[in-house]
Amino acid sequence: MMLDMARAATTADAFNAVAEPRRRQILDVLAGGERPVNDLVAQLGLAQPQVSKHLRVLRQVGAVEVREAGRQRLYRLNGTALKPIYDWVSEYERSWSERFDQLDIVLEQLKEKEAGDGSSE
Amino acid sequence: MAAVSSGTAKVTLPTDTQILITREFDAPKHLVYKAWTTPELVRQWWHANRGEMTVCEIDLRVGGGWRYAMVAEGFGEVAFHGEYREIVPNERLVTTEAYEGIPDADANAAVDTLTLVEVDGRTTMTILVEHPTKEGRDGHIASGMEAGMQDALDRLEQVAVSLS
Repeated sequence: MMLDMARAATTADAFNAVAEPRRRQILDVLAGGERPVNDLVAQLGLAQPQVSKHLRVLRQVGAVEVREAGRQRLYRLNGTALKPIYDWVSEYERSWSERFDQLDIVLEQLKEKEAGDGSSE
Repeated sequence: MAAVSSGTAKVTLPTDTQILITREFDAPKHLVYKAWTTPELVRQWWHANRGEMTVCEIDLRVGGGWRYAMVAEGFGEVAFHGEYREIVPNERLVTTEAYEGIPDADANAAVDTLTLVEVDGRTTMTILVEHPTKEGRDGHIASGMEAGMQDALDRLEQVAVSLS
């Protein structure tokens, strides 16, 4: 199962789309609201063709959406496309939380034992 | 009372190849370290309620090895092993971690750095997992989901309470 996941790494999935630091930067900027391409170009300090290329990848996975407004193309974030990533990390987090909940129990026992071994009794 | 949780684990992905796990415990660091490095204690928590831990070997010295295995419900055996690289008792442990379910497990091993910091009798634990590749890191996170474990969660919480 792990290997299937690794092999499935094509640009057409949200995980891969956000693996590129520049694309994460674009998402960060868009998290602040809808922006025209020019704004993104200015903020990222990249040439427009490169920004457009990254935007294309993000659009492919639905992470950003675009609309025409007069002569401008405005881009905005679509958070639901990124939810698989959130879910994926959440699940891992949950498995560790369960493990740590067990560790809490062990620690309570150790604390009690240590208190009992002391001179308090 | 033992089922009182001190908090939830926080997981972040600082870079493409890293996983950072953080959790606070209501216990001094020497006890957290003891629970982390003593086989009969590790057996009590590492299974995360997902099955039975079948192997727990710890040779706690630099260059010494460790191996954990468990039989997860409906999944079969999952096993991990590694080698201790750096040991500062009660404070810091650096080990390799290889998941035996993948080819070339050792070549693809992660390096885990455990850090314990105590303030007022409470201990903050951080585990930084560094993989050689992004694919390895992603696979590692996926493996955390594999045993289909969250289903058992609620039911097993009750077991945890009964152990207290």
